[in-house]
Amino acid sequence: MSKKTLDNKAWLFVLPMFILVAFNAVIPLMTVVNYSVQETFGNNLFFWQGIDWFEKVVNSERFYNALGRQFLYTGIILVIEIPLGIAIALTMPKKGIGVSICLVLMSIPLLIPWNVVGAMWNIFALPDIGLLGYAINNWLNIDYNFTQQPFSAWFTCILMDVWHWTSLVVLLCYAGLISIPDAYYQAANIDGAKPWSVFRYIQLPKMKKVLTIAILLRFMDSFMIYTEPFVLTGGGPGNSTTFLSIDLVKVALGEFDLGPAAAMSLVYFLIVLLVSWVFYNLMMRNEEN
Amino acid sequence: MAKVKLDNLNHSYVPNPNPEDYVLKNINIEWNDGGAYALLGPSGCGKTTILNIISGLINPTSGSILFDDKDVTNLSPLDRNIGQVFQFPVIYDTMTVYDNLAFPLKNRGFDSSYIDKKVKEIAEILELSSTLQNRASGLTADGKQKISLGRGLVRSDVNVLMFDEPLTVIDPLLKWQLRSKLKELHHEFKNTMIYVTHDQTEALTFADQVVVMYEGVIVQIGTPTELFETPKHTFVGHFIGSPGMNILPCDVSDQNVTCFNHQIKTSSDLKNIQSNSKLEIGVRPEFIKFSSTGLPAEVKNVSDIGRYKVVECLVSDQKIKVIVNEGEEVTTDRANLEFNSNYTKIYQDSWMVS
Repeated sequence: MSKKTLDNKAWLFVLPMFILVAFNAVIPLMTVVNYSVQETFGNNLFFWQGIDWFEKVVNSERFYNALGRQFLYTGIILVIEIPLGIAIALTMPKKGIGVSICLVLMSIPLLIPWNVVGAMWNIFALPDIGLLGYAINNWLNIDYNFTQQPFSAWFTCILMDVWHWTSLVVLLCYAGLISIPDAYYQAANIDGAKPWSVFRYIQLPKMKKVLTIAILLRFMDSFMIYTEPFVLTGGGPGNSTTFLSIDLVKVALGEFDLGPAAAMSLVYFLIVLLVSWVFYNLMMRNEEN
Repeated sequence: MAKVKLDNLNHSYVPNPNPEDYVLKNINIEWNDGGAYALLGPSGCGKTTILNIISGLINPTSGSILFDDKDVTNLSPLDRNIGQVFQFPVIYDTMTVYDNLAFPLKNRGFDSSYIDKKVKEIAEILELSSTLQNRASGLTADGKQKISLGRGLVRSDVNVLMFDEPLTVIDPLLKWQLRSKLKELHHEFKNTMIYVTHDQTEALTFADQVVVMYEGVIVQIGTPTELFETPKHTFVGHFIGSPGMNILPCDVSDQNVTCFNHQIKTSSDLKNIQSNSKLEIGVRPEFIKFSSTGLPAEVKNVSDIGRYKVVECLVSDQKIKVIVNEGEEVTTDRANLEFNSNYTKIYQDSWMVS
């Protein structure tokens, strides 16, 4: 019989990471769980509520409105950013000085702090003094005011997100594209493939993994977006651009309803987790290795 | 099927090349319809460049390519109607094996009943019938290479089928099987096949005629026997054969060839030798034997390869390898080496003196 070597000292190596994860994820999450089942009026006084707050969240029209806005927003930006990102990546040069120029240009929006992006677009889109707002009103003769018209507010939010984040999709797709060996294009050429077939049967399949990552990242980030639309529109006009995070902050800090806010965060978190999990498994179901 | 002719081909990858920028220099080859040919040479000798020029993926700097006397230099790979198998298996991952094989025919607009018949026929020959409906990405490396090959074979009118070191990623046992398969296909379809490799075994077993390349120049075109018995260039001598040819410095004066002060008989015509050139003797290890007379040498090392032994001898500080049959006695100290004069050639500036 072989004797199994047990050396529990190995756990010590895992300990630093365990502590780090505990402090930045597990403990804060448990605090939220704690809040979500209790009522507090401050002074560290808590009263047990059970699942009342969860019932309240899932029966709240306000929550569903915010959730609906959130899905619509995320849906629109994904539908725009993913194809646009692929299209830009396909047109980028593969060698020469142009590569560096394009990569630097593409990276610029990603390097700007999020609240600065919001502030930039706020000023840019102002109808009277902003270049964009002025141009739309006076050159295109379209009545545009994002502080007063819900449609204009949405239009501006989406344009801002596309400007800010399409680069991420482009860079990921570009990385996928340049890793395709030349032989694939040569073989397709010999086989008489049309450009569309080359895209459909070579480039798209080879980009599948990076695209999965790109869609996941853009889904999660846009679903949890807070800073940019908050700085741009503050959730308005009315509640028209009050996305889930903005609504959550209103509940938690504006109205100081920590219990309902905690329950809402958990539902919110589970939705993100569920959608990401389902999507990832759908995309990877045919992958070997 | 077609006859392939390369006429005065030169190629450089830089736009306005200087003479030293050329990776292919003055290439003239004529390959007959239906033959099996190999392009053999070390990495970087230009063989893949030639292949890509034939398939139309690269435009040569100068010269022309003719298929059946028709100039195709300016045609696209599609219009040249060729098949090519690459070093690493190129398959369309998301398609089934069937769709992979049907792809070149679909792109050319054949009707589906013809495609179906053709794909099934080729799948049968390549032993892919049982996996036709599987996703191509799930196959092993040799299965994928068969698909790439199949995409060339489904088109019955391909002018030439080309292979760019197709067995690189295949396991040794399967390598042998796939190579036999290629031979078999060649007999069956009588396609013109061009096989690029740096592996002499692959080239010599596959091809009727081998083109040996070295630094962008064709050094010899010949049958495997010719390459073995009369290498035209010292490079062919030591690149082909295992171990390669012995190349020894020599002197020629008054119709006498001397090597390390010992007279050697050769089959080269000494009249053609010019003075002031570098002269060498080339003789394969197979054509040297131990005898009582001959070049005195010191036996340094004997390695037993199985069917024969390779004996490493030393004459002053020049190594000479000799092959002796298994079971033959080898002296352990001093010996005399006798060269078979029919296969002992003189090389002038690395080229054989005829």
